[in-house]
Amino acid sequence: MVTSRKGAGGKTAAKKKAAATAPDLVQLLTPEGDLVEHPDYSIDLTPEEYRGLYRDMVLVRRIDAEGTALQRQGELGLWAPLLGQEAAQVGSGRAQTAEDYAFPTYREHGVAWCRDVDPVNLLGMFRGVNNGGWDPNEKNFHLYTIVIGSQTLHATGYAMGMQRDGREAAVIAYFGDGASSQGDVNEAFVFASVNNAPVVFFCQNNQWAISEPNERQFRVPLYQRAAGFGFPGVRVDGNDVLACLAVTRAALERARSGNGPMLVEAFTYRMGAHTTSDDPTRYRNSDELEEWKAKDPILRMRAFLEKNDYADEAFFKGVDDEADEVAADIRARCITMPDPKPVSIFDHVYAEPHPLMDEERAEYGAYWESFEGAH
Amino acid sequence: MSESTSKTQQITLAKGLNLGLRRALEDDPKVLLMGEDIGKLGGVFRVTDGLQKDFGEGRVIDTPLAESGIVGTAVGLALAGYRPVVEIQFDGFVYPAFDQIVTQVAKMRARALGTVSMPMVIRIPFGGGIGAVEHHSESPEAYFAMTAGLRVVSASNPVDAYWMIQQAIASDDPVVFFEPKRRYWDKAELDPTATPHPLYASRVVRPGTDATVVAYGPMVKTCLEAAAAAEEEGRSLEVIDLRTLSPLDLEPVYASVRKTGRLVTVHEASVFLGLGAEVAARVTEKCFYSLESPVIRVGAPHTPYPPSRVEEEFLPDLDRVLDAVDRAFAF
Repeated sequence: MVTSRKGAGGKTAAKKKAAATAPDLVQLLTPEGDLVEHPDYSIDLTPEEYRGLYRDMVLVRRIDAEGTALQRQGELGLWAPLLGQEAAQVGSGRAQTAEDYAFPTYREHGVAWCRDVDPVNLLGMFRGVNNGGWDPNEKNFHLYTIVIGSQTLHATGYAMGMQRDGREAAVIAYFGDGASSQGDVNEAFVFASVNNAPVVFFCQNNQWAISEPNERQFRVPLYQRAAGFGFPGVRVDGNDVLACLAVTRAALERARSGNGPMLVEAFTYRMGAHTTSDDPTRYRNSDELEEWKAKDPILRMRAFLEKNDYADEAFFKGVDDEADEVAADIRARCITMPDPKPVSIFDHVYAEPHPLMDEERAEYGAYWESFEGAH
Repeated sequence: MSESTSKTQQITLAKGLNLGLRRALEDDPKVLLMGEDIGKLGGVFRVTDGLQKDFGEGRVIDTPLAESGIVGTAVGLALAGYRPVVEIQFDGFVYPAFDQIVTQVAKMRARALGTVSMPMVIRIPFGGGIGAVEHHSESPEAYFAMTAGLRVVSASNPVDAYWMIQQAIASDDPVVFFEPKRRYWDKAELDPTATPHPLYASRVVRPGTDATVVAYGPMVKTCLEAAAAAEEEGRSLEVIDLRTLSPLDLEPVYASVRKTGRLVTVHEASVFLGLGAEVAARVTEKCFYSLESPVIRVGAPHTPYPPSRVEEEFLPDLDRVLDAVDRAFAF
């Protein structure tokens, strides 16, 4: 856990170069694996912490690949791959403390990993055995939200609650470039702003809202929109785990300190399909894919570790082996996940007794039970 | 109990809500009020009058003018352990929040397998009869009643308003609370030391023997007036105030219909797919051999709410109720 090693000592002095990216993009690690300076943001981790981020990204990519495989084999009805967005999710995920609270979309498998949510929990919804299926308060990780942008308002409200309770924590709301067109997202910006709520809006701009590119959603860079709502916005290289960590950490700390919301636009790329039901070859060309492949978040971190002698072959092999073990474990537990009993659909609709639930549970239950081999 | 709410007093329905909200704010520090203009102004109907002054801007929150934002942030506050009471300014303005209410508020508990609840009240002044402009006179209750996960209630009088709003706030389920806006100024005597009727229970508000009339919200008074008129004509109508629209509490209706053999349902909402249709279907199933006539439904035509100059004709009134009773007896 990177976040639990604050002040562990052994800070490193990896070589840094001058930034060579566009001035509005915060980058700390180039695609070639070299550290670069940024006037506002910096990162200085121990070799162990750097290795931890690499390990997280490899494991998360492997978990994600297993999700896709399970869907292809009929074990999941659908999967929303995060391929390509590992740095944005791991960087922002590791920036959070245990007291912070995350409100995800349906693609935040990497954030869930960082919040110590059992990956098998994520599969229930995609397998069709539940519609959420975990206790959000156990890891301060809210249920996946499928309706686009709704969770940004929940995050803002939760932050208003934290504010009233005087908690030294902040909320992070995940959403995508497509969601930025939703009224709820813009309303969340308004409510967060006027309430000075401790919430960080973390937009993974993966360039594609299913088949629609950025220019069908907005004409002003997303991070600039924050200014109109009265809080800062910053664009970070979403394939740079160090920059994502540094910027999100600063934004969360800013929110915790009572300085209000901030928008972080992680500029990244969805390397795979929107979901396993999608066919991206219908709407985007392979040149674009190749261009982004060269910016791969894991390869650049590996290059960085190698250049600085922070990791050896045994480490990389160990991580790969661990990834396979995690995937095998998830697969085994996924395919043995029991179907819910039909009558369980009545169980959690209401907190208090409800006569119609009781009546229908009894009626449908008896009907379903009347069949041979009933559940 | 504060001094202001311990004595028997004459109150309006709006004041009943105000006193009920005040008590809820006093009793539970987690109760928050949210809405447009509910602070200094006290709400456009003054239901929250004086509450921000006494409980502060942190608990009686003037929100930005965005209904989805109000309900969506209330979801987050509920997740954080608060009990938000949201005011939607008018019935016709709830639709921007409809998505949050139906896709998020109603389903959250089931999605979380019971690990979280949505203890939220969504107050909506509803119904016509006040000569308002478009979108200020609608009766959208059936949309919410047909959504599993929500509870829907409507108070018809000042005393119920006082108790029901407190009971709704205390409920761990989300409650859509419909307030009959044309009855906001009706008066009644409140005894704050009385034992309240349960929230999710209908009630016979006028006993009778010849036909049963079921209504809720603003139409209860109309039906009581119709029953008084019918009595002069020698007909005894039993009037039942449904009070809870989801879940429905129909046992008192079944008992009444088994006694009277005739049922008329009354609401301002469209007859087509209105709550009356559900009541009629269930009564037909449960009381088939007791019925002397089909269930007659009274409500609005299936048109958009009309310009206010014709709302008198559009809305059910005493004559339409009595006409329906006549039709029930014609069988």
